[in-house]
Amino acid sequence: MSNLFDLLVAGLATGAIYALVAVGFTLLWQTSQTINFAQGEFVMLPAFLMLAAMHVGAPFWLAIILGILLSMILLGLAFKLLLVDPMMRHGVLPLAIATMALAIGLKEAVKQFFSAEASPFPSIVPTGDISILGHAVSLQSIGVLVVAILAVLGLTTLLNRTSLGHQMQAAAQNPTVARIIGVPVERMILLTFLINAFLVALASLLITPIYLAKFSSGEVLGQAAFIAAIVGGFNQVRGAIAGGLLIGVLDNLAAAYVSTQYRAAVPMIFLIAVILFRPQGLLGRAEERTV
Amino acid sequence: MKSTLLVGALLTAMTATSAFAQAIKLADVAELSGGGATVGTNWKNGIDLAIEEINAKGGVLGRKLEVTHADSQSNPGVARAQVQKALDAEPYVLLGPGYSGSVKVTAPLAAEAGIAQIMGGEAAELTQGGNKFLFRTSFGQQSSMPKVAKYIHDEMKAKTVAVVWVNNDFGRGGRDVMVKELDRLGSKVVADLSTEAGQADFAADVGKIKAANPDAVFVYLNEEESARILKELKRQGVTAPLMGETTLIGQKVIELAGDAANGARGHVGLTTDAPVDLIKAFREKFSKKYNYVPDHNGLKGYLAVYMVKATTEKMGKVDPKKFADTLHGLTIKAADEPGILMDVTFSDTGDIDRQSFLVEVVEGKQVVKQVLPKVK
Repeated sequence: MSNLFDLLVAGLATGAIYALVAVGFTLLWQTSQTINFAQGEFVMLPAFLMLAAMHVGAPFWLAIILGILLSMILLGLAFKLLLVDPMMRHGVLPLAIATMALAIGLKEAVKQFFSAEASPFPSIVPTGDISILGHAVSLQSIGVLVVAILAVLGLTTLLNRTSLGHQMQAAAQNPTVARIIGVPVERMILLTFLINAFLVALASLLITPIYLAKFSSGEVLGQAAFIAAIVGGFNQVRGAIAGGLLIGVLDNLAAAYVSTQYRAAVPMIFLIAVILFRPQGLLGRAEERTV
Repeated sequence: MKSTLLVGALLTAMTATSAFAQAIKLADVAELSGGGATVGTNWKNGIDLAIEEINAKGGVLGRKLEVTHADSQSNPGVARAQVQKALDAEPYVLLGPGYSGSVKVTAPLAAEAGIAQIMGGEAAELTQGGNKFLFRTSFGQQSSMPKVAKYIHDEMKAKTVAVVWVNNDFGRGGRDVMVKELDRLGSKVVADLSTEAGQADFAADVGKIKAANPDAVFVYLNEEESARILKELKRQGVTAPLMGETTLIGQKVIELAGDAANGARGHVGLTTDAPVDLIKAFREKFSKKYNYVPDHNGLKGYLAVYMVKATTEKMGKVDPKKFADTLHGLTIKAADEPGILMDVTFSDTGDIDRQSFLVEVVEGKQVVKQVLPKVK
């Protein structure tokens, strides 16, 4: 039982990271019908930007700020202006393929200019345990979970409780009508890209101390977050959050109680089951299409 | 007539000069990217350092050494293709790969070509299939695991042991020998956990170890995964002593795991912290050239080239077909060839015999606790 509690906490902490990354998938899908297959690499890159800042002498806190700002410029602004906007006019498929190419480009660039080897990365959360209900729970798990939950709560508050959030939702749901009623749609879409870049930088900061900084680390993360987004509901932020947490916990429980060897298969089987019985995802909204 | 003789003499002289200057070509296939990038990069750098030294002193039998490096991407399929390509260029000796799985699929190619392959793989099975062209730069698991099992049973007094291994040829080979040896000695394996190469999250595996509550944990993963599990073991507060082989307490693992590596113990065939003057000198040269302290793979790559040098000089000629025959049964003494670092003997199966070390990570550094003698 003690083991189950530890597994749940560790699974929720990992799942919270998946949720942060999965939210990015849904945000970009809602505002610009973009599936960003480089989302995993978007999580990998900020850690290297922070490491680069530390290599030139910046203290950790400054490296974090620089890393997040640079991520928002490169993975938010530049990504939208230089890749999504020009490719969008050719349709969703060429754009999706372009993001796959971007994923390869980012990986190879980091490998070439930094290293193919993994690097250690400092943690913002101190090591050690605290006692919860008689169980020793690591501060790092708690820290990851708390920061991720705060980020998601902040995002949902922004979307649901502020005028800016309502404008973003309006731009996502019906850009034509939103334009008519005076919503600056382009600016709202750009804001979505910047928020996604902020979330991936945050995920990078939280997960890299555990996973280590490596050029290929985005592969596993991007895949898990993509599954989480589909399972939860690709067109709902709350779905992505639920999907992320679910996949994190499921992965850990599968490794402990089913088989470590087949742990990667369990989320995939779950994904297939969800697609078969509830294609819009567990909390997603069915979208109608006219032909 | 006179001019014809002159031209003939000139041509002969030019041909002779060309032959004299012709380099001895080595081919290296290593894990320069992918999961084994640490292994391959250290191996490659060790090779380059040795070649630079040898060439600076006039080469081997007056001929320079040249090496081509190819990236296996830590993938056995790619390794096989790269080795095939390398063999097509007819090298003198093939160096690498470092991963046992890649060695397993490439060794038949080198054997078929009659080219000696000096590699870094440690899986027990590699030299047990009768391949007469395969040579180790480090101990095989059949030599190292019994030493480790004995240490766990005799020194750690562990009655129960958790065994965590990576599910590839390297990990499976080590696990099989270890479980058999522990059983023979009377230590019970209470958790037998396979993990995946490249695995990022070890929370569930460590949870299982905690639940099994063993007296000791034997960890046999690749370097990066070793670092990740060490961090997770610390994170979940596992206090049982940790024992491993070279990949648990390597320099890169210590760098990646930070203070989570402290207290981990392991048996190493090679370490740059060994109390051996020639190894200390190697560490200094390597660190100066590459700006970091190498792990055991750097030593392996370096030794591989000096194995080529010593064997060739023993033959007195560059003969790829006779190379393997000469290296079988050969003892190379460090006093005669300092680049070999320690006295070493190669068996008829291509296995290696030399001193080895038991080390512990203390405050982020490997500390040698015991020097174990050559077996024969």
